[in-house]
Amino acid sequence: MGDIDINKQAPNVVVWLLLVAMPFWLPAIGGYPELGTRVVVLGLAAMSLNFLLGYTGVLSFGHAAYFGLGAYGVGMTIRYLMPSTGAGILVGVITGTIAAALIGPLIIRLRGVYFAMVTIAFGQVFFFIAFRWNSVTGGDDGLTGWTRMPLNLGFTSIDILHSPRVFYYFVLILFAIAVAIMAWLLRSPFGRTLIAIRENERRARFLGIPVDQHIWISWVISCGFVSLAGALYALLNNFVDPRALYWTQSGDFVIMAVLGGMRSFWGPLIGAAIYVVLQDYLSSETENWMSFIGLFFVLVVLFFPRGVLGMIRRKVAS
Amino acid sequence: MSQVVLFNVFNGLIVGAFYALMALGLSLIMNLSGVINFAHGGFLALGAYLAYTLMPYTGFWGALVLAPVFTAGLGLVVERLLIRRVYGRDPLYSLLLTFGLAFMFEDGMRFIWGAQSVPYQVPAWLLSPLSSDYFFLTGYRVFMVLLVAFAVIGLFVILNYTRLGIRIRAGTLDLETVSVLGVNVRILRNLNFGLGIYLAGLAGVLAAGMLGLQPTVGTSLIMPSFVAIIVGGLGSLPGTLLGGLLIGVASGVTTVFFPSATEAVMYVMMAAVLLVRPRGLLGEEGRF
Repeated sequence: MGDIDINKQAPNVVVWLLLVAMPFWLPAIGGYPELGTRVVVLGLAAMSLNFLLGYTGVLSFGHAAYFGLGAYGVGMTIRYLMPSTGAGILVGVITGTIAAALIGPLIIRLRGVYFAMVTIAFGQVFFFIAFRWNSVTGGDDGLTGWTRMPLNLGFTSIDILHSPRVFYYFVLILFAIAVAIMAWLLRSPFGRTLIAIRENERRARFLGIPVDQHIWISWVISCGFVSLAGALYALLNNFVDPRALYWTQSGDFVIMAVLGGMRSFWGPLIGAAIYVVLQDYLSSETENWMSFIGLFFVLVVLFFPRGVLGMIRRKVAS
Repeated sequence: MSQVVLFNVFNGLIVGAFYALMALGLSLIMNLSGVINFAHGGFLALGAYLAYTLMPYTGFWGALVLAPVFTAGLGLVVERLLIRRVYGRDPLYSLLLTFGLAFMFEDGMRFIWGAQSVPYQVPAWLLSPLSSDYFFLTGYRVFMVLLVAFAVIGLFVILNYTRLGIRIRAGTLDLETVSVLGVNVRILRNLNFGLGIYLAGLAGVLAAGMLGLQPTVGTSLIMPSFVAIIVGGLGSLPGTLLGGLLIGVASGVTTVFFPSATEAVMYVMMAAVLLVRPRGLLGEEGRF
């Protein structure tokens, strides 16, 4: 590797500059601070999903479950156990990761549509628990009565509740850590092995790679990061409801990844930005925004199956 | 007590019959075309709403005959215009496409018929209990079970004894060979899709009389249908039928003893089946 290739680094630099400067340029083009935070949080969710979807070639349609577990983990920790944002995030991520690790062995032998179907069905278990267990989760009305807590760093404490900008940077730091870990994993021999499995599972198996085990690890990593995104999402809203766990949420993550471009590292983030802005706009303009979102899904599948980055790359290549 | 248990077992059986009817349609489409049709619930609800709209003109019986046929007709059109385009591509795209369609269906029905449930009337004489000891045994419930049984038998007769059915089954095993033998695979898949949607429409017309009719009725039935397919065995239609009835009865029984776990129990069953027998109860080994 040695030398740093400027051409290869250019997209990274652009993305990071845009993200770091977001609170300054977003209001200028008509956005509000929470919109930017939502893009980063859902972008993280879509990128985590893409770790599995785009880089391992395994189609999960049930990631909302782990997103929601992260969200409920942080909410319930702050509400019932201890008023600490850090502890809440930790509990949320651990809950989501453990759930994924336990469900993993049941599903890793399945492939394609069947993997999708089983993941989505398992996701519903957590939805029903959140929905039915009124006394603890607040049921259909959601978990209220808690807010994100100031960050206690020992020598000082940072108020992330009242300033959207400070909270944005808090989210961005966690996003950066998560994304850096994923990028590092994908460049490691482990990540290359995942790509080999995606490209030709049978050949990978013949080479002696324990395919099921790799898929299981990739699944757990992907779900772990998605539960981090879920925890941040709950903190953003100071609220969780069962819809964060519902299967339609999983579909949103998949469309974000596809829309941006599954074969590229930043694609899902771009997809999330487009999707979040579109949804925000539609739901403020029309009551029938669901129809338009549905139509949008259909159009993406028919006309933009490679996603935004995939199309740009193709244009550049030709 | 035994009354309550019997009532819930019977109730579960009926709900399970709906799951099975819907899951059979899903299975047919998935086995031949490799498409998970998320919009299946939308078609089911559409069948019910069409019946609701037709009833003042045709009566219940006319609606029962016509609504599923119209629904299947729309299914043929949707397959021809949209679903066909994603055959042979990454399964991801068919999932997203039908997912988007499901959104459009649900919202479209909310737009046309309103978000609140509509009064769905079945003939009054069907609603009176048949027996004074077993108050829950109304004519409508017995009728539903019989009709579902009839539909399922009909489906298996079609699949086993008609040319179309034999081609569908052959195509499930090896579509390429069927195509080489001179069968028009496009038409075969189209008709197969219509057949699956017909079952969804029929389930909708019947289910609305028992579960009520609002735009979300289909969405609430689709997940159990997935579970029915997984429990029964991927690729096996008898398995799907068995799976649907099993989870229906299981949730019915659970309602008596532990009401808050009514939905969760079917997922527990699914986990147990996947753990012991990953291919499902009647699934063929090595197919998936």
